[in-house]
Amino acid sequence: MSLPTLSAARGVALRVPSLETTAAWLLAVIWIFPLVYAVWAAFHPPAFMVRFDLFAPLTLENFANAWSQAPFARYYLNTFLLVTGVVLAQFVVCTLAGFAFARFPIPGRDILFMLVLIQLFVFPEVLIVENYRIASGLGLVDTITGIGLPYVASAFGIFLLRQTFKTIPRELEDAARVEGCGWMAILLKVYVPLAKPTYLAYGLVSISHHWNNFLWPLVVTNSVESRPLTVGLGVFSAPETGVNWATVSAATLLSIAPLLVAFLLFQRQFVQSFLRAGIR
Amino acid sequence: MAAMTSYRRMQLYGALLLLPAAVLLATFAYLPTIATLINSLFLPGFRGEPAEFVGLENYQLLIEDTTFWRVARNNLIYALGTIPTSIAIALGMALFVNARLPGRGFVRMAYFTPTILPMIAAANIWMFFYAPQIGLFNKLLGALGLSGVNWLGDPSVALTSVIVMTVWKEAGFFMIFYLAALQSIPPELKEASDLEGTSRWSFFWRVTFPLLMPTTLFVLINALINAVRVVDHLFILTKGGPNNATNLLLYYVYENAFSFFDRTYAATITVVILLVLAVVATVKFAILDRRTHYQ
Repeated sequence: MSLPTLSAARGVALRVPSLETTAAWLLAVIWIFPLVYAVWAAFHPPAFMVRFDLFAPLTLENFANAWSQAPFARYYLNTFLLVTGVVLAQFVVCTLAGFAFARFPIPGRDILFMLVLIQLFVFPEVLIVENYRIASGLGLVDTITGIGLPYVASAFGIFLLRQTFKTIPRELEDAARVEGCGWMAILLKVYVPLAKPTYLAYGLVSISHHWNNFLWPLVVTNSVESRPLTVGLGVFSAPETGVNWATVSAATLLSIAPLLVAFLLFQRQFVQSFLRAGIR
Repeated sequence: MAAMTSYRRMQLYGALLLLPAAVLLATFAYLPTIATLINSLFLPGFRGEPAEFVGLENYQLLIEDTTFWRVARNNLIYALGTIPTSIAIALGMALFVNARLPGRGFVRMAYFTPTILPMIAAANIWMFFYAPQIGLFNKLLGALGLSGVNWLGDPSVALTSVIVMTVWKEAGFFMIFYLAALQSIPPELKEASDLEGTSRWSFFWRVTFPLLMPTTLFVLINALINAVRVVDHLFILTKGGPNNATNLLLYYVYENAFSFFDRTYAATITVVILLVLAVVATVKFAILDRRTHYQ
């Protein structure tokens, strides 16, 4: 195990005895196994669910079944509209609020900011009962807007953008003002471009959150026209529906595929985003 | 005078920038929170009759509701079962992938991937393992000549099965925070301890673990919130059953509101959840963030 050329490498890297390597790999295999198993079940005929035969025939029939038994195309569209809408709306609303908190002398600013931070703990899904009533009062039940709107003013987004805006030197703002920029132009030409990494991090975290969100969308939707993928999958694969398992695993893979592929392609960005968004 | 008006104008401008967020937060966070508190003091009005004010009667019902206590106890067991385990596994994972390890990229990816899946999808996949007749676990036990376990149908096992799935789903997420923290520990510390011949075991407990304490607390807060907030998997795995053995507080709220149509009792249980979250928030702001400056 001694690698003299690497011993000069920086980092707290320890010399790993093979016992640790084995344990690390064993844990990795256990951790990835459920997903590998879902792939196995989805690409083989139902008879091979628990028969592991290397030469088992591959098939796409489970996907065809899933696709024809539930309106997945519609669910994809709904999830896509939901995620795009939520993220764009969050960007606008949180940018304005973050900018206000970072640069404007609003009376009672600190108290207001603490009030905003409360939403880090009290999520829309905890308040499903009352939020359902409010959504229904606003005529938003069973609409994609109704799924997304409670999440638009995200305390988390406001917090992240405020912190980022605060680190931007005032000199840049003053320079823009000398060139005759108003507040909106300063926001769009100075602050927003310099906060790009924050937008990327927050955007990725928000996309994965809303792609995967379930409880509130389940409560607020009741038709195919507005259901996102998670709710569609939940309805489709509820054990009492008796859909065969190979089809359920194909449906499961269908619903996670886009996000999973994006993650595998941009692992670094995803992990960095979760980190940036988490450590504050 | 001119300066005064420009200051005023900035105040006004700032307030306007804040307005969209304020309206939305009021509508979907503050208003429903207050309405929840108020509704917990009423009985639902039937057939269009107005709701009836009953004071603390709902809370009296709650205290006498054995199902509620069962659910609250489940949630406590669920938190105690998932949080320390996933934190310990996450730390182990981070130590593994922070060390020199062949195939490190793959191992890290394997650990983190469950994080990216929806809870619903994860539950679907675990359903293949847990199902009584055709599930993989029982097939494997059968192959070893052992009798199967009713993983989700046996009240004494079901909650543990749900906990195991949750740990699998969460550990990789917490790992990345530990990994980032480990990478920020100056390598000089390790070099110095190597010179002094400190064992790796005592280096971990005396240096690494204390330095990771802020990360542990951060992860702990997140895990606590998730233990109250995430019940998606129950919809697939158990629906809170058998006989409420896996029911959790938020799922019980859902059942009361949307299956039993008892909105005000659901509000009363929601108040309990809000109290738990308030405690978590107080701990975070009062204790953990004392050194963080929000200015």
